[in-house]
Amino acid sequence: MQGLFYVSAAVAVLATALVVTRRNAAHALLYLVLSLAAVAGMFYALGAPLAAALEVIVYAGAIMVLFVFAVMVLALGREGERQESQWLRPRMWLGPAALAAVLLGELIYVLASGAAAVAGGTPVVVGPQEVGAALFGPYALGAELSSMLLLAGMVAAYHLARRKQMDEKEGER
Amino acid sequence: MNSVSPESGLVVAAVLFALGLGGVLARRNMLFVLMSIEIMLNAAALAMITAGARHHAADGQVMFMFILATAAAEVAVGLAIVLLIYRRRRTLDVDEAREMRG
Repeated sequence: MQGLFYVSAAVAVLATALVVTRRNAAHALLYLVLSLAAVAGMFYALGAPLAAALEVIVYAGAIMVLFVFAVMVLALGREGERQESQWLRPRMWLGPAALAAVLLGELIYVLASGAAAVAGGTPVVVGPQEVGAALFGPYALGAELSSMLLLAGMVAAYHLARRKQMDEKEGER
Repeated sequence: MNSVSPESGLVVAAVLFALGLGGVLARRNMLFVLMSIEIMLNAAALAMITAGARHHAADGQVMFMFILATAAAEVAVGLAIVLLIYRRRRTLDVDEAREMRG
């Protein structure tokens, strides 16, 4: 279990680093799917099989398909790649990268120094049944709110797409 | 069954979050910014699952589901806005969106 976790973690970190450094959006998407799959492996190693399955189905499946559609619609080819390499000069990204690295070092230091107080637990598998009972028991309000959020997201996406079509019609006139 | 220490899970979550944050700050392509936001949300979800595993409770996975719903709604609206901006400005530069009003 531990080996699975650490190998998945290494893959996730490497793939994520490649996502944020790729110039071609399609290549980055492939690495992002890989990263999400690796995180799903970590969920499984942590004893959360339902979360691992949902990660693969919803994140690596549904959300990534949206991104793939966007890349296809935007049709970023050679030109986009050239523009991106022009934008990605070292002086553009070195500062933010250094700041992010400092923040990362800080977080690791806090976690490492405070680790002695927290005793490690054995991985007990928390199955879908318990999660469902919690989701529709004490967290029922949260489930309702997230359903409203999804509805709002759907309405907003529909509204934005519809306005786009109207703009096209106005452009034709 | 060997146990995975909760600290290592949180450290990996921190690394992923920092990578996503660096991506949001460094990239100017809106598509990559959205991907980096997804990475950050995913890192937060990993921290939730790790905490849930630490306490052997289902709450972490419930929180993961809420994060999943938030990410799905965010990416649907975000990609719609990106497509709209690309159609108007013919570019994916985030700096182009600073004059967005109404």
